[in-house]
Amino acid sequence: MEFLTAIFVSPFIEIYEYPLFFIEVVLGGLLAGVMYSLVALGFVLIFKASGVFNFAQGAMVLFAALTLVGLIEHGFPIWLALISTIIVMIALAMAIEKVVLRKLVNQEPIILFMATIGLSYFLDGFGQTLWGSDVKVLDLGIPNAPIEFLGILVNQFDLVAAASAGTLVAVLAIFFQKTRIGRALRAVADDHQAALSVGIPLKTIWAIVWAVAGLVGLVAGIMWGTKLGVQFTLTLVALKALPVLILGGFTSIPGAIIGGLIIGMGEKVAEVFWGAAFGGAIEDWFAYMLALAFLLFRPQGLFGEKIIERV
Amino acid sequence: MRFTKLILAAVGLAVGVSGFAVSEAKAAEQFIPSLVYRTGPYAPNGTPFADGAMDYYKMLNARDGGINGVKLVVEECDTGYNTDRGVECYERLKGKGETGAAAFSPLSTGITYAIIERAAKDKIPVFSMGYGRTDASDGRVFPYVFTAPSTYWSQASALVRYVGSEEGGMANLKGKKIALVYHDSAYGKEPIPTLETLAEKYGFTFHKFPVTHPGLEQKATWLSIGRKLRPDWVFMWGWGVMNQTAIKEAAAVGFPMNKFIGAWWSGAEPDTRPAGKAAIGYKSAAFHSPGSNFIVHQDIFQHVYGKGNGTTTEDLVGEVLYNRGLINSVFVSEAIRTAMSKYGNKAMTGEQIRWGFENLDLTNAKLSKLGLSRFMKPVKITCLNHEGGTPLRIQEWKGQQWEFVSDWIEPMNDIVRPMIEASAAKYAAEKGITPRTCN
Repeated sequence: MEFLTAIFVSPFIEIYEYPLFFIEVVLGGLLAGVMYSLVALGFVLIFKASGVFNFAQGAMVLFAALTLVGLIEHGFPIWLALISTIIVMIALAMAIEKVVLRKLVNQEPIILFMATIGLSYFLDGFGQTLWGSDVKVLDLGIPNAPIEFLGILVNQFDLVAAASAGTLVAVLAIFFQKTRIGRALRAVADDHQAALSVGIPLKTIWAIVWAVAGLVGLVAGIMWGTKLGVQFTLTLVALKALPVLILGGFTSIPGAIIGGLIIGMGEKVAEVFWGAAFGGAIEDWFAYMLALAFLLFRPQGLFGEKIIERV
Repeated sequence: MRFTKLILAAVGLAVGVSGFAVSEAKAAEQFIPSLVYRTGPYAPNGTPFADGAMDYYKMLNARDGGINGVKLVVEECDTGYNTDRGVECYERLKGKGETGAAAFSPLSTGITYAIIERAAKDKIPVFSMGYGRTDASDGRVFPYVFTAPSTYWSQASALVRYVGSEEGGMANLKGKKIALVYHDSAYGKEPIPTLETLAEKYGFTFHKFPVTHPGLEQKATWLSIGRKLRPDWVFMWGWGVMNQTAIKEAAAVGFPMNKFIGAWWSGAEPDTRPAGKAAIGYKSAAFHSPGSNFIVHQDIFQHVYGKGNGTTTEDLVGEVLYNRGLINSVFVSEAIRTAMSKYGNKAMTGEQIRWGFENLDLTNAKLSKLGLSRFMKPVKITCLNHEGGTPLRIQEWKGQQWEFVSDWIEPMNDIVRPMIEASAAKYAAEKGITPRTCN
């Protein structure tokens, strides 16, 4: 009885009694969700263009952040370190295309997925071999202090992260919609064979899309690295992106954003108002439960492409 | 650059190890296994501990030729803070060396729980310094486990005593709210029984906030704490990235740092530096000093780093977790030395070292002789009491380094010890163990 009250009665009374706190939790969840979306975007880009679930996206986030902070520690000014890291990530994308993907053209998606698992371990180890495994401080001067607006507390860092994600999505949208390369990427995403038949170079497109995913990883690495310090744990942020992808769909950039917002808000509200009923620490598994619940109604995710096969 | 250095180090190590084996083949050697985690999500905390532990043994070998002429051979095994890999490391290393493993220090409460019964069967001491199973401090039930110089339960009681003194007396704790943010694991849950008991005794309310491994995301936790519960004090039993995240999130909801106290595993440089200015004023428990201004460090600089044999870089010598690893090695090596005083100057067996631990008396004079004067309080381990019950201090992060902000605080042994004995007796009954008699 007590358990049922804790699920069906107490949380609603609490929300009714403390509406401002509820708004704060919702807002905090939405802003946390933006951080998940940043990671999810990298997965979506690669899956969209090549049908590969890139297991190494978390490792790319770590590698990009480690490279950036490593260069800064070696005396590079921030702007130079940033440009150098972008070059490194582009070079990495080209190397991945040449060494890993090119040999696996026309292989089953599961083979490509396995290759990205290997890539993930390689990048984890290589990054730490180059730059060390200690925690590195990445301080870009983004304030962490809270500000109060109409009685609601919001963290400045979260606002900056949300603005960064918003800008990134806008840039990606323009890139995909308005540029020739973007249109080629979309063509490849729609149909590899058809894209090849009209002369779109698949290898070049793959290299570009991996480079873009690397740059998205760099932005995610900067935001998460500023928050947590740059360290091995950054690879685990990929786990936070999985429910976002399940919910938003693997092929939709807006899906990654909306999915992130829903997951972020859902898990925070669940933890704060329903966590006590389960002994706390429910947000991680709740995120997956929420995503799975959505799948019951939209198996392809909220914005995923509906697959229709005629037989 | 680093890659080249690594290759050179690996080649050097290979040459060094083979050379060592040839030249010292006939000399007595004491094998000491070292369970470390230099990889994985907890590596930033595991690495400095492993460095400190290794450097002390290197220093003993370089300065004294080992312990009473017996060279120390140390082999690391990386557990990644995973219990299964920890057990694997235990099984792989327990039989190495001419007398087997001297003692295991798992640096993980989960691994400690997993190897306690195996170690008792194999007659190898488990030295879980300031972590692990608190009730294992009852030497009658756990003859092979040592928890000195203090345990989580003692620590929790000392923290409550500190908070009481800050509030103007223990009576003023009545009606206060104390929250515990903890790693949702065997480690994080350890202080809960003590804090529940003390909440009942002193009339404060106790609120629990578990954080799932590894603790990357704590916004919901800290919104609940900082904006809803608004406790008077928050304690933290965290490890690794969980600590930095908690400090940042606490600052993000405006929770005052001077009311936020971490356990001794939540109070080192890797925990506070990444949090930047937000961490200034954050406190933690400690049972030894930070810094490298002690004679033992000078010996390490001279005999280890001076010969280019250091495990880390000189600037990291003296950090909190480095010093803790060093102290771990002091306990193990002094237990071996104590055992030798009874059994002779040769490689000791695990059973003999267990005797050494049980008769270890690190007095002020002894600590001074070891170059550790004013570094920590004296500890005496007995057959009955494997903890020692050392007092602790509160340190505060000043932005660049840790500084003590309290005197030594005694744990509430009158409350904790009966709890330890009751819990150990329950364990003995469950496992069918007949507690031995300690005279």
